[in-house]
Amino acid sequence: MIPPILVVGASAAYLLLLFTIAAFGDRRAAQGRSVIDNAGIYALSWAVYCTAWTYFGSVGRAASGGVWFLPIYLGPMLAMLLAWIVVRKMARIARTWRITSIADFVASRYGKSPLLAALVTLITVVGIVPYIALQLKAVSAGYLVLTGHGAPAAAWWSDSTLYVALALAAFAIIFGTRHLDLAERHEGMVAAIAFESAVKLVAFLAVGAFVTWGLFAGPADIWARAEAMPELAGLLRLNQGGATFDYAQWFALTLLAALSVLLLPRQFQVMVVECVDERHIRRAAWLFPTYLLLINIFVLPIALGGLLLGAPDPETFVLSLPLAEGAPWLALFAYVGGLSAATGMLIVETVAISTMVCNDLVMPTLLRLAPPKGGDLTRLLLNIRRAAIVGVLLLGYLYFRIAGEAYALVSIGLISFAAVAQFAPALLGGIYWRGGTRLGALAGLLAGFAVWTWTLMLPSVAKSGWIGDAFLEHGPFGIGLLAPERLFGLSGLDSLSHSLFWSLLLNTGLYVGLSLARAPSAREASQALLFVDVFRQRASEPVFWRGRARLEDLRALATRFLGATRAAPLFAHHGRALADAALVDRVERQIAGAIGTASARVMISSVAQEEPLSLDDVLEILDEASHLRGYARALEQTSGELRAANEQLQSLDHLKDDFMSSVTHELRTPLTSIRALSELMLDTPDMEADQRAEFLGIIVSESERLTRLVNQVLDLAKIEAGAAEWHSTDVDLRALVQDAARATSELFREKGATVTLDLPAAVPSLRADPDRLTQVVLNLLSNAAKFVPAAGGEVTVRLHEEPGALTVAVRDNGPGVPLADQASVFEKFRQGGDSLTRPPGTGLGLPISRQIVDHFGGTMWLESEPGKGASFAFRLPLRPGGNQNGHKSADS
Amino acid sequence: MGTKVLIADDEPNIVVSLDFMMRREGYDVLIARDGTQALAMIRAERPRLVLLDAMMPGLTGFDVCEAVRADPEVRETRILMLTAKGRESDVARGLGAGADAYMTKPFSTRDLVAKVRDMLA
Repeated sequence: MIPPILVVGASAAYLLLLFTIAAFGDRRAAQGRSVIDNAGIYALSWAVYCTAWTYFGSVGRAASGGVWFLPIYLGPMLAMLLAWIVVRKMARIARTWRITSIADFVASRYGKSPLLAALVTLITVVGIVPYIALQLKAVSAGYLVLTGHGAPAAAWWSDSTLYVALALAAFAIIFGTRHLDLAERHEGMVAAIAFESAVKLVAFLAVGAFVTWGLFAGPADIWARAEAMPELAGLLRLNQGGATFDYAQWFALTLLAALSVLLLPRQFQVMVVECVDERHIRRAAWLFPTYLLLINIFVLPIALGGLLLGAPDPETFVLSLPLAEGAPWLALFAYVGGLSAATGMLIVETVAISTMVCNDLVMPTLLRLAPPKGGDLTRLLLNIRRAAIVGVLLLGYLYFRIAGEAYALVSIGLISFAAVAQFAPALLGGIYWRGGTRLGALAGLLAGFAVWTWTLMLPSVAKSGWIGDAFLEHGPFGIGLLAPERLFGLSGLDSLSHSLFWSLLLNTGLYVGLSLARAPSAREASQALLFVDVFRQRASEPVFWRGRARLEDLRALATRFLGATRAAPLFAHHGRALADAALVDRVERQIAGAIGTASARVMISSVAQEEPLSLDDVLEILDEASHLRGYARALEQTSGELRAANEQLQSLDHLKDDFMSSVTHELRTPLTSIRALSELMLDTPDMEADQRAEFLGIIVSESERLTRLVNQVLDLAKIEAGAAEWHSTDVDLRALVQDAARATSELFREKGATVTLDLPAAVPSLRADPDRLTQVVLNLLSNAAKFVPAAGGEVTVRLHEEPGALTVAVRDNGPGVPLADQASVFEKFRQGGDSLTRPPGTGLGLPISRQIVDHFGGTMWLESEPGKGASFAFRLPLRPGGNQNGHKSADS
Repeated sequence: MGTKVLIADDEPNIVVSLDFMMRREGYDVLIARDGTQALAMIRAERPRLVLLDAMMPGLTGFDVCEAVRADPEVRETRILMLTAKGRESDVARGLGAGADAYMTKPFSTRDLVAKVRDMLA
């Protein structure tokens, strides 16, 4: 035996530790460094599935039914195969629409129906509160085993279970109702739950190891000894009692557990609402089954070991075996493990249920009966939720005190599962089948719940002796067909399989049948689309809302439910008096995070003038959304093009500016000389004849320079603008080069330079404008003439054929082009050489030549080593068709 | 010994006209063909006034102007900036570099001579 003070102290210390962890988790979340953003912790939080009922009950079930404790875990393992498909979809839907409970989820899917939300909540409360009582009972029973007391405390105030319940209520209030927006996660709570999952696993494994290796010589030893005892040997076989294995029951249990792991409110809370990152689901989907496997390894060894040792009450073997065999500290640790299993479930379940009770039962009633006038309702909402937490836990405690050892409590585990299994058709059908309607969901749920009540709940109540059990045997009013456990004469099934069969059959049948019988309303159809197609990428989400809403009314509404701080940013960029549909939708979603989708819908419609939505409207809005996507893309593209064009214009403008500035400079320079010298001659009538002649000579040459400049600027402008005229014919480049050389021969003779032509005998003709090409060759020749040395000037013109092209190179033996200038010789107004010695030029000859060569699809370049002359060359392609193309592709 | 005036311009024909004008006014004319030469001559010959072309190879007129103003030995040199670029920004830049006056090309010979007389008065 362990002194009560020690047990109470250990429990209190453990709860304190939970508070610390949760506070740490919340603080880290506030700093933006989430502790639960981790697949491992996320998976551990899923293990809230394993409650005290698992922790203590599995051994109890194994002690009486052998492997029949297993389906409860096989089901979830199988369900996890679908987690990536189902849980991820649920998580995405919940996050997108700020859905915070399973009631909200179902209601939202079927047109945000408050009635459905209330019904789901009701089923949950009826189904789960006894389950909460069961957890409290486990805590209490464990305490009694450890301390050696025979019966629970008679008076409630001396019952430590009550204080555990109250401490958990405090925990749930502190970490479960910290902020109003339930779509925001409860990170501290989840961290604590994950910790609890780790504790209960380690504790259970420790006890298992103790029994298997401490009390026996390993599993083989236990097996062998059990085989030797006739009453235990049966436990090791599949077919308990009956002659054959009961496949129906095995299947029913597995299915039941598979559905529960997806539909229990606490599972929905940790898997869907608290999901930080969808990608974690993928890992959690195999980590969680691993956890289940581990926590079940020692169930049979403990059960058989306890039975072999002749210990009483298999449900408490986990505690009583270490205690009896001289390991009190292990027993205490095992108790803490059981406490963690119970408290984890209690915390998450009460938080989940309180949300549902507040949003789907209390608020709608409150808003309908006595709409609170104005003001900020956030505090009221939080208080309702806190009261609901205390209420749910106290209700559970009350049930535990009343029911005690009654059958209604002991059997509640699976009965609870069967209750939440009723959500399956509406929920799973709802996210994969667009055709499901509110009517079908309502009827299915009601029928399923009714059958569940009649075939499972009431019999369990009757078996507890609270009501007469005559109807079990003979049916109500003696109608045998309606006998709860042999409905319509179906016998041969255990009561659970029987109930599950009828309830799910009727539930699914009505859901599908009525959904098909009557077309969904526009709102149902639109929600169905949003749920089923949640993964479809749409550029603009369709907003199924039409009407008029004043911004002021919306703002007031949002402020009431979200508080001023959170409401303000929603309206930050809206200055108009009327809200558009997108804003209405956004506000509705935010409010839904606080009071549930159904209530949010009611509130929005109370402040807006809404146009009823028809099915045609839904289709139209969908159509708009897909068109909008097209528009958005087109708009994006167009604006991109405009931006590029604008940039191009700006750079062109800049270029033009530079060009104009250069042209201006080049025009003003000769004008300056002309004007100054003319004025001087005018003002100096007695100027000497020589002086006058010199001045006049300068004026004439500067005038020529001006003329040349004007012509070339115009020429270049025309070419660049594409306005130049091109008269293309077949050109014999060889003849053309010879003509050009002849035309410049006088120029070279004056310079005392020799020109050598290096031409092949014949070259193919190419298509170009001969005058323009002549202009190019002349330009290169005259440039060469400018730069050859005063004595011994040599210029070579070489024409040769390359595959598909002809190349002309003009080489001089002048000073060459400095490396620094080579890159810019083809730019406008870049004249080579010293300005003093430089021959007159405009700085436009090369740019024009290059434009011409470019026009015919060719290239022009310079090869020069300073001091060793320069070679200007150009290459023209032979094929005229390819010329233009080549030109274009080179440009683009 | 007349007043020394430096003409710094890379356009030979403009130098011819400026040279004629300055000689007619009785100044001693020095000629530089680029910015580097101009700065060297300013330091060596200490002209009282420089007719400085803004756009020259090597050092530009602006560079020369700034160098002169930064040099205590020749800081007092009068500078008349001449430029073929008539934009407002060029004027501002010339004055910002420390020129005493600024004229755009083509200039009126009479205005230029009057301006030079003023600056040397």
